[in-house]
Amino acid sequence: MDWTAFTLSLKLAAWTCAVLLPLGIVIARALAWSSFKGKSIVEALVMLPLVLPPTVLGYYLLVGLAPGSVAGQAFGFVTGETLVFSFAGIVFASLIVNLPFAIQPMQRAFEAIPMHVREAAWVSGLSSWQTFLRIELPLAWPGLVSAFALVFAHTLGEFGVILMIGGNIPGETQTLSIAIYDRMQAFRNAEAGVMALVLLVFSFFGIAIVHLMTRRRSGRHG
Amino acid sequence: MADATRLIEVPQAGRLDVEIRQTRPVPLNARFSCAPGELLALVGPSGSGKTTVLRSIAGLVPTIDGHVVSGERVWFDAAKGVNVRPQDRHIGLVFQDYALFPHLSALDNVRIAMRGRPEPQASEEARALIASVNLQGLENRRPDQLSGGQRQRVALARALAGEPRVLLLDEPFSAVDQQTRDRLKRELAKLRLRLEIPIILVTHDIEEALALADRISVLYHGATLETGTPEAIRLTPSSPAVARLMGQTNLFPGVLDLPASEAAPGRLAWAGGTLEIARTGPFRAGDKVMWLAASDHVVLHRRDRSSLGERENPVHGRVTEFAVLGEQSLVTLQIEANSERPMALNFKVATHAARRNGIAVGEDVAVSLLASGLHLMPRET
Repeated sequence: MDWTAFTLSLKLAAWTCAVLLPLGIVIARALAWSSFKGKSIVEALVMLPLVLPPTVLGYYLLVGLAPGSVAGQAFGFVTGETLVFSFAGIVFASLIVNLPFAIQPMQRAFEAIPMHVREAAWVSGLSSWQTFLRIELPLAWPGLVSAFALVFAHTLGEFGVILMIGGNIPGETQTLSIAIYDRMQAFRNAEAGVMALVLLVFSFFGIAIVHLMTRRRSGRHG
Repeated sequence: MADATRLIEVPQAGRLDVEIRQTRPVPLNARFSCAPGELLALVGPSGSGKTTVLRSIAGLVPTIDGHVVSGERVWFDAAKGVNVRPQDRHIGLVFQDYALFPHLSALDNVRIAMRGRPEPQASEEARALIASVNLQGLENRRPDQLSGGQRQRVALARALAGEPRVLLLDEPFSAVDQQTRDRLKRELAKLRLRLEIPIILVTHDIEEALALADRISVLYHGATLETGTPEAIRLTPSSPAVARLMGQTNLFPGVLDLPASEAAPGRLAWAGGTLEIARTGPFRAGDKVMWLAASDHVVLHRRDRSSLGERENPVHGRVTEFAVLGEQSLVTLQIEANSERPMALNFKVATHAARRNGIAVGEDVAVSLLASGLHLMPRET
């Protein structure tokens, strides 16, 4: 068992969730309740990582984040480091890749809250912020947990994009899924097997949570 | 003098004054006011803009022009650029689907609307409100564990929790069965006596408005046609359109004739005879009018023996429809007219009276149109 790769994967998943959940709530609420010009385009862009081959996404990220690029130069200017082949780079890639997994369940959850219920909260004297905390958040909770579980499990398993943008640097960008690939290349099948099992268990529980939450939500409204 | 006092109408404390005008997205031209303790019914067919007007009062939809004033407080004024948030209007609103918070108990649904009153006062008052709508013992149930009628009561209790300055009810009885509806209506009629705030009830149900409202405002295609007491709106509407919206069917065109008689100042030629009219209103001889004979003023003649009242505007016809609605029956008479268009007169009689008089389809029947009940209106252009 490669504990370095394991903790790196957990660290990556934690960072992705920490950034993507609040960001996802903001985007998902906007997509659920407001209509604006180009909304379909934004929705399509959010869903794009789901259908794009990881290598294609990885290619564009590599080009877009390279030290010579605008984003790469800006990041280098602020931190003195590079985005490609670094932990910061794979966090960034992970955020992009996981966008649909975070937004989709949350958007569905917010859409399921009737407009009248929010209006009733406002008329009852609750500010927008109080309405969010006391009405929207509890009602959308199953969707938020689903999003968290999906993003977490998916980040642990992400392979192609991470490899493209981060390479295979132990302790920096070598996550668990890449470590498995690495061991298999070196014919160290037993080590790969243990790590594969760990990922399997994590993924199973992730999906189980999503399933449970979806069932609870439909049960409450039915 | 009476007109002079009406001109300087001083807004009372707590009186709701509404004037809403817009052309998009829904054309609206509504104006009415509602005194504290008064129940005003906003009546109109589906799509007449009733709910939009209600939502404008609550500040839930952007309003283009006009004003919404509650006592001294201006909630909306297009000219002054005032538009108060729904949170700060202090309105009690019962939604058509009740819009309860599904994750909260009945008690918490009410308590959350207490507008930041401190505990334990908030809990005590919420319990008292739950009790006042007859829901003691159900405080801890969630909305999905309550019946339709119980949900409506929670919604009403929640609407009253924030000490509202106005109570708005959007079709509050439409989502429950008939029995529950009757009970909820009686409860509302009792509860409102204790409320010293304006109450606006939106409904498409005319019977409901007639039973509950102090005044009725008739809305059609977004425009206020008339506001008045239930009796005035029903029996002496200002226009044939209002009469039709209130379900009146006995509307006929005519030309007014004025004889020099004090007992019956007006006369109308109709169905080969002459009808005497007690009140001619602003109309003069030769005016083309529409006249209304509300069902209340159509009196069935007894067929076994004649009585004195039968000399008052007697009309003969043949029964073409007879529908027993329960205690009351609906009779449609085809009037023997020499005009090319046959005319139908509808009226209600007690079912036992209809039976006693042997009313059935095909029978010849005579009725009186009471002169005091015939109402004249301007003809539509």
